[in-house]
Amino acid sequence: MLAYIARRLIQTVLILLGISLVTFVLLYLVPADPARQIAGRSATAATVENIRQQLGLNLPFHEQYLRYLSGLLNGDLGRSYLQRTEVSTLIASRLPASLLLMAGAILCELLFGLTMGVIAALKRGTRTDDTLMIASFIGVSAPQFVIGILLLYVFAVQLGWFPIGGYGTFAHLVLPSITLGFLGAGWYARMMRSSLIDVLRQDYIRTARATGMSRTKVLLGHALPNAILPIIAMIGIDIGLFMSGIVVVESVFGWPGIGQLAWQAIQRVDIPIIMGVTLVSACAIVLGNLIADLITPLIDPRIKLR
Amino acid sequence: MTEQTPPSLLEVDGLTVQVATPAGAQTVVDGLSFRLARGKTLCIAGESGSGKSMTALSLMQLLPKPTARVTAGTARLAGRDILALPEAEMRRVRGRHIGMIFQEPMTSLNPVLSIGRQLGDAIIAHGAGSEKETRRRALELLDQVQIPEPERRLSQYPHELSGGMRQRVVIAMALAQNPEILIADEPTTALDVTVQAQILALIRKLQADRGISVILITHDMGVVAEMADDVLVMQHGRMVERSPVDVIFSAPREEYTRRLLAAVPRLGEMKGTLQPKRVLARPAEACPARQEDGPLVEVENLTVRFDIKGGILQRAVRRVHAVEGIYFTIRRGETLSLVGESGCGKSTTGKALLNLIPWQGNIRVAGRSTKGLRPTAMRPILRDVQMIFQDPYASLDPRMRVGDLVAEPLVIHGLAKGSELTDRVAYLFRRVGLSPEQMRRYPHEFSGGQRQRICIARALSLSPKLIVADESVAALDVSIQAQVLDLLQDIQDETGISYLFISHDMAVVEQISHRVAVMYMGRFVEMGTRAQIFENPQHPYTRKLMQAVPVADPSRPRRAFVEKAEDLPSPIHPLGYVPPRQEARDIGGGHLVWETLRA
Repeated sequence: MLAYIARRLIQTVLILLGISLVTFVLLYLVPADPARQIAGRSATAATVENIRQQLGLNLPFHEQYLRYLSGLLNGDLGRSYLQRTEVSTLIASRLPASLLLMAGAILCELLFGLTMGVIAALKRGTRTDDTLMIASFIGVSAPQFVIGILLLYVFAVQLGWFPIGGYGTFAHLVLPSITLGFLGAGWYARMMRSSLIDVLRQDYIRTARATGMSRTKVLLGHALPNAILPIIAMIGIDIGLFMSGIVVVESVFGWPGIGQLAWQAIQRVDIPIIMGVTLVSACAIVLGNLIADLITPLIDPRIKLR
Repeated sequence: MTEQTPPSLLEVDGLTVQVATPAGAQTVVDGLSFRLARGKTLCIAGESGSGKSMTALSLMQLLPKPTARVTAGTARLAGRDILALPEAEMRRVRGRHIGMIFQEPMTSLNPVLSIGRQLGDAIIAHGAGSEKETRRRALELLDQVQIPEPERRLSQYPHELSGGMRQRVVIAMALAQNPEILIADEPTTALDVTVQAQILALIRKLQADRGISVILITHDMGVVAEMADDVLVMQHGRMVERSPVDVIFSAPREEYTRRLLAAVPRLGEMKGTLQPKRVLARPAEACPARQEDGPLVEVENLTVRFDIKGGILQRAVRRVHAVEGIYFTIRRGETLSLVGESGCGKSTTGKALLNLIPWQGNIRVAGRSTKGLRPTAMRPILRDVQMIFQDPYASLDPRMRVGDLVAEPLVIHGLAKGSELTDRVAYLFRRVGLSPEQMRRYPHEFSGGQRQRICIARALSLSPKLIVADESVAALDVSIQAQVLDLLQDIQDETGISYLFISHDMAVVEQISHRVAVMYMGRFVEMGTRAQIFENPQHPYTRKLMQAVPVADPSRPRRAFVEKAEDLPSPIHPLGYVPPRQEARDIGGGHLVWETLRA
């Protein structure tokens, strides 16, 4: 078990190295000039050149990357070009908000997705099933900014049940969580439905029913633990979906998380922040998958981590 | 039957089950009526598709909905028609009045729940009990089904138990609420013979102890003879014959029953003959093993071990000793059978012959060594060695036409194309008893026996010198099995092909083999001609195997209950493990018996 985690963490380091390189190359190739952005429109060519020298942007690519990497190995994510603050400080101040939003979104996904999936599986072939599957398909295909704006219009503007934007109370959390979780809920509903239908056909469900157990018990105690297994693997992948989702959702709802931070940084070519957020996202994705892989053997005793 | 039967526990009248198919409703059980007497065993016997499993499931109202349903008939249990009960009331019949065990022990337990949990849930299926009481009852049940170390089993999971142990757990679950009726649907079909004998004896003992009635569903007339008081023979959903067990075997009234019994291979029926059954039937064409150009296959010190990896660097931590240093030869025109229980290494040996897995030792096919050959270099040898697998449903690509499937080896080896290819395939179809018109169909349009014929045609397409037949008739009904065995022997008579026939079924092996090797734990324990092995078995394991085979003769005394359940030892050992040395002793006429040497 410990050996397994150790091996996965070593893998994580390699993955992060690869991601940092790819991101760095992409940013290097972007035809925007950070020095010009920092200096402002009215600055002279000399000032811009001066800033470029200071930030080391005039160095060849590999030297820039090595400089960044050596900082990274010392735990230094660099300083923001524009905000003149440590990137790590910026991210640390924004991360809790994003984590809270993700937790809310996962809850929404599981709550709506699994419920819909279970009901659809139990009523398969009926009109209820069709309706739920259409709903889930809409969830999978609708763009998040559309859902966000629609929810805002109906529940915040028209009904006034929730605040329009901002951060702080539980009420602030509801609409962004639903928006972020909408896509996943659709996926979960579809996966849960097919997974449960498959499990309900298995021999061991027949064995359980042959003992005279109640349907509820067969479903909750014997079928669901099996049906949930593919969903757990999915949660790990979901963290990746969230990372792209929060950029949109946080902008729509004015949520002060790292998605918003990234969005602002991209507009201003604030390379250290973009790099930092990308690496944190990558970490989250890798960790999410690791956690999913660690949970699976707790439910499925056939899986042993080695 | 109007004999002086004790009052019936269950009375089934006119049971009719229909299954919805794209072509409309199909009747799979047609007006079936029978009585189940208290404390007796009724065997429902029949081949696949006879509707015997559907009968069992309909009695439990467990038919796969909504495709299958009971359309007519009644089943009276203590005066109530259980077919008409609503689900909530039927639930109280399940487990309490009727318990059921199933064919496939590997899939009939929930993989993510512990044995204790599943057994506990069965015990408290109707109402709660204290945790302590449930546990005590679970231990008691595991003890009754003769599972060693019941305490430890409670916290184990199904995958940690062998098939036989799992089936015992399923039996314990079925008996958890003391039902009056136990329905057993092919309970031992998926098990090894020695385990089958244990389970059948266990069911008989539990029945005697508790006085329950048993409905045993089986295709195996040997099992029928061992278990039944009454027998109901079914075909195409209808009852063919219903008689007490001795009448069925001594004086079957119906033609179908007679044919069914005739098709059953019986262990020991070949006593005193030297050639395989089919050869004997047509002595004019007898084809003795041709020996002029030396053995076709020579295997020396074949060893197959698989590493189990672990740790940070994924290094080997333990090793599966699948095959441990076996020697054998196969002559031209000869059938050598490898017989043994699951996990003994017989399939692994077959795969090694085709270089499908890494192995150590020496294998020569027609004088050419196959050691370390790359796939391209192996190809000409594979023209001589082909394989037929166990499951004809899984070994044909469902998206290819069967004609293309049979043609594929010829195309791969570049042996024929165009009209010549079509002609060869048509010839092969006729050769295995299929019509060339069927070439354009897909595998799902064929029955199991026909599919196995297609597999044989495919293996024959390259005119190989050896066919490795890995449990090739195990999945087939007895009558179909007999036809396929006849076909294999006809082909041998005609072409002088050799077979390595891998099987767990002693009776089948007796019919088809020239020579037999008995395998146990990756090694041969005994090898000799068919007569030597079957008429004079020397190794204790060979004897145990033969005794375990159910005999289709109800007059034979039923075997006593075996006190202790046992599992095969594990073939997984630590890395440095050196297997004990064994040596073969020739006890006369090439009859080899292996003995372990004490170091």
